[in-house]
Amino acid sequence: MASRRPLRHVTFTLGAVITLALLVTAALSVVYTPADPLAMSITGRLQGPTGVHPFGTDHFGRDVLSRVMTGAVTSIAVGVIAVGIGASVGLLLGLLSGYVGGWLDEILMRLVDAVQGFPAILSALLFTAVFSPGMLVSMTAIGIAFVPAFARLTRGSVLELREREFVVAARALGGGDARLVLRHILPNSLPPLIVQATTSFPVAILAEAALAYLGLGTQPPYPSWGLMLKEAQNFLSMNPWFAVFPGGAIALTVLGLNFLGDGLRDLLDPKTS
Amino acid sequence: MFVSLLVFLVIRILPGDPAALIMGTEGSREAPERLREAMGLNRPLPVQYVEWLAGALRGDLGRSIQYDVPVGELIVTRLPVTLPLALLAAAFMVSVAIPLGLYAATHHRRSGDYLAMIVSQLGISIPQFWSGLLLILFFSVTLGWVRAGGFDGWSAGVWPALRSLLLPAVALGFFQAAVLVRATRSAVLDVLREDYVRTARAKGLRERLVVVKHAFRNALIPIVTVAGLQLGQLMAGAIVLESVFALPGLGRLALGAISARDLPVVQGVALFVASSIVVINFAVDLAYGALDPRIRYE
Repeated sequence: MASRRPLRHVTFTLGAVITLALLVTAALSVVYTPADPLAMSITGRLQGPTGVHPFGTDHFGRDVLSRVMTGAVTSIAVGVIAVGIGASVGLLLGLLSGYVGGWLDEILMRLVDAVQGFPAILSALLFTAVFSPGMLVSMTAIGIAFVPAFARLTRGSVLELREREFVVAARALGGGDARLVLRHILPNSLPPLIVQATTSFPVAILAEAALAYLGLGTQPPYPSWGLMLKEAQNFLSMNPWFAVFPGGAIALTVLGLNFLGDGLRDLLDPKTS
Repeated sequence: MFVSLLVFLVIRILPGDPAALIMGTEGSREAPERLREAMGLNRPLPVQYVEWLAGALRGDLGRSIQYDVPVGELIVTRLPVTLPLALLAAAFMVSVAIPLGLYAATHHRRSGDYLAMIVSQLGISIPQFWSGLLLILFFSVTLGWVRAGGFDGWSAGVWPALRSLLLPAVALGFFQAAVLVRATRSAVLDVLREDYVRTARAKGLRERLVVVKHAFRNALIPIVTVAGLQLGQLMAGAIVLESVFALPGLGRLALGAISARDLPVVQGVALFVASSIVVINFAVDLAYGALDPRIRYE
């Protein structure tokens, strides 16, 4: 089996390379894109790949390559914030639930049960009914859907760690609750949460794309991969490439992040060999 | 119960005033006030919630603002699209994932296993609506075999109706199948390492029987758990695929209701989909008892 050294782990390396490429592309798009992603051109509409526009142009004559590059920023931003919401709320609930226990644990876990299995798309539908659709709505809706997994994981490790000798010892030495949780329990419950965050990230990117596609997420003229696919659908027969590149960008990104997550789990979890 | 509270709270507690939204920015200052009274929105929230829930339990989800018919009726008229779509996708998912997962597990670390894993890894990475678009691109734009979308209803015949649902079901089921393949493979692999499997092999049982009767039977619990979760996801995914293929199902109903600010419909659809997920989870729990006689419910 693969060695424990990260770079010799094929899946991890492949995932890391793709993810790095995504990050570089996103960073690059902030300072440089081949063309202005918002600049329209009436004469150059719906072109297939050419030398000037390697990914072709969309129905407004905008450069698809530049828009795919800028779209990476949207995807990363929504992914990071959604996972951040899910992880921080879940971590807090899990710590409270696991450490305090009793009726609080009971109530919080029933709440988590209710949210569990409540798809992000339903929350997004409900939010959009009240607010106007946008990136904020999709980030929050996706983030909420992540809370149960993080809360359960945290609670599980807190319950386990609470009884371990080093925590009992720290308590015997007079450590207060805050110190016990922050210095001893929290750091030791992080590895599974990090793995969970990496595996949630591609899910968030897929969800963002789906919500944008439905018109519930990122709004035009901001380039989002899901939104581009929605626009491309009307022109499938005229310029199929328009639908191919943004979708390919999503698939490649998610593939890379999945590889990275799988690899990380293998490397961090001593139980799988 | 909790789910209903969640659906209700999201719409009502969050800042944002349904009455003001309906009336828009034009119109008099009193108009939203009157509407709020007519809709019962000026009463205390717990009262509103109890009334809404009591109605929902009787099957009364309120009236659609846009169509002025009961929300329940609207949902029922859209079900013949969404339900068959989800069921077809589920059938596709199970019939692809279980055999492939079993094959991968019994050919562990051989080329077939790797191939199955690559396919499932790709399946997980491709968003459902993109595979839907690619299917349209290939089968209707390039080959011209099927229409790019739309649905004439079941009255036009079962076969044409099924044909319009086939591509979306495949796009929907493929993604979910990819997840289930991995779950099946790892569950069967775990069981294959058990002592009783070795015993079964040692007493000369044919490999096929060992896999089907001993390994698969005992791996079913984790498989059913994941499949149940996937079914819930299928309901949500159907909403997206309906949009791709222009199918007049629940998802399009909800999306249309959002642009029309038809809150009771949005609320009703969300509650319906969320409740069906709860029902599926409950059915999965009951299935455990049937699959494993050791599990008993009081």
